[in-house]
Amino acid sequence: MDEALTLWSYLARDPLLWLTLTLGAYVSAEGISVLCKRHPLANPVLIAVILLALVLRATETRYDTYFAGAQFVHFMLGPATVALALPLYLNLGRVKRAALPMLAGLLAGSLVAMLSALGLAWAFGLRGAALLSLAPKSATAPVALGVSEAVGGIPTLTAALVILTGIIGAVVATPMLNALGVKDWRARGFAVGVAAHGIGTAHAFRINPMAGAFSGIGMGLNAILTAVLAPLVVGLLF
Amino acid sequence: MIRVLLILLGFQLAGETAARGVGLAVPGPVLGLAGLFCAFLLVPRLASYMQDTVQGLLSHLSLLFVPAGVGVVANLDVIAAHGLGLFVALAGSTILAILAGVGAFLLVARITGSTDAGDAGDG
Repeated sequence: MDEALTLWSYLARDPLLWLTLTLGAYVSAEGISVLCKRHPLANPVLIAVILLALVLRATETRYDTYFAGAQFVHFMLGPATVALALPLYLNLGRVKRAALPMLAGLLAGSLVAMLSALGLAWAFGLRGAALLSLAPKSATAPVALGVSEAVGGIPTLTAALVILTGIIGAVVATPMLNALGVKDWRARGFAVGVAAHGIGTAHAFRINPMAGAFSGIGMGLNAILTAVLAPLVVGLLF
Repeated sequence: MIRVLLILLGFQLAGETAARGVGLAVPGPVLGLAGLFCAFLLVPRLASYMQDTVQGLLSHLSLLFVPAGVGVVANLDVIAAHGLGLFVALAGSTILAILAGVGAFLLVARITGSTDAGDAGDG
């Protein structure tokens, strides 16, 4: 028993264990998602996160310790964002023809995300820094954190709100848009990218390559627009 | 694969440098995306060279959000402290934003005649 404990305390401090478990949780989550016939509620990110959270809780592991291993996966977000240039380029003809619809979708999606989040939270009695932390929640994380700080929000709270927004968007988008009978993959992908950034884009790529390409554009454009609009909206309202 | 990774990291690094240097609010990777896109326009061959690796990377985009997602669960008490209202605001606003985005896109597409029907097949 002592030996097992010694081995555990060695492994638990080593990045290898948490990196391996992160990949293992994702592969398991993919398997579960396939078993559930890709039901939108069986979102792989959501399942992997729940699995890992259970392991961390059961082993009383701190997030810092976990992240020492998981950071190698997290790091790849940067190059993956750069890589979104490829689907954008491959769909260039479509993108050019859809310039005006995209502009309309971007303005509507970005403004509605910001105003309805602030309005609903206000109605539920939220005030102050917690309320302001919601303003940039549809933008991709690095932008949202900077904007949160600039408008007087709490960046760590915003980080959590951004991730939750992405998961909610990825879970609700497909059933909702199917129910409404929206068949235009450009519109579907773009709106999800604007509202639910990279996690929405990851989901869109899974459903349809063209939706993924448009989602990546929506995410990139809303990152820029949120950085400009959020301080203006917060300045006007508060 | 290593060369493709080098290209991606190179554009990200250039983007980070530009963002810091000019003090832009846009994150480095988004500037890197813009840079790589311009490179594709100048050298179309680069796109086909990178295609397989990039599509492999993008097909597992979900994986890359897992560590940050675990961080949210680790800080769930922060969100719980602000109660149900915060969650309702998140869910409601995300649904409304998707609907608004799709609605505005489709409306303007119809007005400008930019339907997708004629595009079927090219990609």
